Order: sequence, then structure tokens, then C-alpha cells
Amino acid sequence: MSKKEWPLWEVFIRGQHGLNHRHVGSLHAPDAEMAINHARDVYTRRREGVSIWVVPSKDITASSPSEKGPLFDPAESKTYRHPTFFDIPDEVGKM
Amino acid sequence: MYAQLVKSEGLKSREDMSPEERDFQDRVDNGEKIEPKDWMPEGYRKTLIRQIGQHAHSEIVGQLPEGNWITRAPTLERKAILLAKVQDEAGHGLYLYSAAETLGVSRDELLEKLHSGKMKYSSIFNYPTLNWADIGAVGWLVDGAAIMNQVPLQRTSFGPYSRAMIRICKEESFHQRQGYAIMMKMAAGTPEQKDMAQDALNRFWFPSLMMFGPSDKDSVHSAQSMAWKIKMNTNDELRQKFVNETVPQADYLGLKVPDDKLAWNEDKQGYDFSEPDWSEFFEVIKGNGPCNRERLNARVKAWDDGAWFREGLNAYADKAADRRKAAAVAAE
Ligand SMILES: [Fe+2]
Ligand SMILES: [Fe+2]
Ligand SMILES: [Fe+2]
Repeated sequence: MSKKEWPLWEVFIRGQHGLNHRHVGSLHAPDAEMAINHARDVYTRRREGVSIWVVPSKDITASSPSEKGPLFDPAESKTYRHPTFFDIPDEVGKM
Repeated sequence: MYAQLVKSEGLKSREDMSPEERDFQDRVDNGEKIEPKDWMPEGYRKTLIRQIGQHAHSEIVGQLPEGNWITRAPTLERKAILLAKVQDEAGHGLYLYSAAETLGVSRDELLEKLHSGKMKYSSIFNYPTLNWADIGAVGWLVDGAAIMNQVPLQRTSFGPYSRAMIRICKEESFHQRQGYAIMMKMAAGTPEQKDMAQDALNRFWFPSLMMFGPSDKDSVHSAQSMAWKIKMNTNDELRQKFVNETVPQADYLGLKVPDDKLAWNEDKQGYDFSEPDWSEFFEVIKGNGPCNRERLNARVKAWDDGAWFREGLNAYADKAADRRKAAAVAAE
């Protein structure tokens, strides 16, 4: 008998309130349909979700930790991207 | 605890560390989370695999003593509740196996090590559940002791482990409360029912204290694990905390903790209590507890009996994939 392990899937759930699907964990399943069934059993037993996505883990491309500097440091100096960077006088009212 | 006697390296001093190790330790000290792709010392990885694996094994072996009573629960409601609790434990096992897998070990490998006896699970699950009151005692004491250990582990340094713990802790409180609710019912029932509740407490008290493992305040292994923040408290600290919280709960039930030395100590603001029989603990760990063989056999049997099903689903998935491929070719 072959000893093939069920492949790994990443599970994303959208909660009650219309927010984005969020990664909640992973599980093993032979195919996408079973992955959804398992995800329902494992990750939504307490009404945590109204929609499930499953993605084969092997199909996910992740940034590598060594790229952390080049990828994310440039954002650090760009504080003008935040509304609080700009002083708007109180007289102008709510903006 | 759910992971008892996890072997780790001796504590490394800062001078002995490589530059990478020093950076790593700084990140841990700063409270940063370590993620699977980050550099980590080999000892950290290995210790975590052992610890998370043992914890995962405990969750699924822990289903057995309780599963034993699902078909014999006294009411349909109790049955549904126990079923939900035991189902949660399967989920806990899955979260933890997934966390271990991020460290480069497969779940099948871990299960193989459990089934061949190379990896352990918590000593507590080698004790029998003889009657319904035991199900109350298990939820109250065993899940209660597990919570003591799991709550601080939510802050552990390894991201996937921490996230698994957060998820688990959300569900554990239900486990303890359903157990205590059973104990309340029994303790307030007929004299015979109250005797059963007392008897369950008598049998589960010391094995529950053993769950925290022997004293490790002088252990270099624990010191390293604590420096890495994969262990957050000493075994004695957690055991003391457990006793302090549990004794008043027993008082409320009108049950007596089976320890003549138990006494409030004003100075330390905690109870003095007797140590469990550690020779019994080591015997259970070695495989000579009342139910070791039965538990492991049940695990192996479930795995072997499920093989045709896992295979079947694989075959179905492969066929469906071939069919999709053929359909795509035909459509071209
Ligand atoms: Fe659990
Ligand atoms: Fe548990
Ligand atoms: Fe539990």
C-alpha cells in the first residue's frame, strides 16, 4: 500500500461581518472539496465564518525573511502617506 | 505538562553564541516572533518539534479516555457536549501538528514516532476513566491543568506555536467548565453520586499534579527553553498556581482534596501540598501505567483501520484530476 500523505492546504475564512478572508491555519486533505469539508469541521465550529477559501500550500509564494529590509524599509521614511502628516487648522473644520 | 520531560540543549551563554545565535536571542528577548523561514538555532528547531509534537500527540490520545464515555453519557445533552469537547481536541491536535510541520517535519512522520513509541504524550492519559464522574474530573482538573500551561504559551516566541495556542485557549475554557458542571451536578446529587465525585477527585488529583512534570528549577534544559521562550514558567510555578486555583473549587463542591498535608500558607500566599509519587510518574512515562498499552493500541488500530479510507480518497482525487485534464485536452 502506498504511503502518500494528503497534501497540505492553507485555509482562509471570512467572518460574519463582511471583512476580508483571513488566513486561519492549514490542514491536510486529498483534494479541494475535502479540504473545504475539513476546514468547515476544524475552523468554523463556533460560527467563525460564512465563507471558506482553500489554497494548496505548495502554490503559495512567500517573500523571504532576507528581503525584509529592501521590501519594507522604504515605507518607513514616507510619513507623508498618512493623513496626520498634514496640519490642517481647526477653523477649516472636519477633514 | 502536555509536553513533559522535553529534552533540550543545555543553556548556552552569550559568549559561546555565534553572531547569528546572538541576533536570534536578541529578537526573542525583544519579544519578536520567530517565523518558520527565519534563521533559528538547530537546537531551537529540534526542541520545538519534540515539544509541539508531544503536545499534539497528547491532544489526540487525550480523546481516548473521554471518547470512552460518549456512548454512555447520562443524557443526550451531555452526550452532545462531550462529543463537541472531544471534537475540539482533534482540532487542537491538528493545529499543533500544523505548527510542527512548519519546522520541516511531516505529520505522518510524527504519527509514526508516536505509534512506534519513540515520541511520548502526557502521562495523564494513561489513567482510566471508570465512570461518569471521571469525565467531570477530567474536564475540571486535566483541562484545567492544561490551561495553566497553555495560557502563558500564547506568548511563546515561535509564531505558529503561539497562534495555535491562542486558538486552543479560546476553546479550553468550555472544556473545563463543562467538566466542573458535571462535578457540581454529581456533588449535589445523591450520596452515592457525591461519593463517585469524591472518588474521581481522589484518583485524578495526583496524576493531574504530575502533568506539570517533576521540579525543573535547577534544570539546564529548562533554562535554555525558557531563554528561547518556548517554556514560560517552571513546572513548580505552574503546579503551585494550579493548586491555588483548584482547592477553592473543590471546597465549593464540598469535596476534599486527597492530601493531608494541604494547608494554606499565609507567607507565600499559596497552599502547601504533597508532591505526587514521582516513581509512579516515571513508571507511567516508561510505558507501565494502567492504560499505556491500551491507548497506544487504540491509536495504532485507528490509524491502520483508516488506511483504506485515506487511500481511497487519494485515488478519487487522482482520478478526478485526470478527468479534469482529459476534459481540458478535449476542449482544446
Ligand atoms: Fe486541548
Ligand atoms: Fe486537552
Ligand atoms: Fe481541552
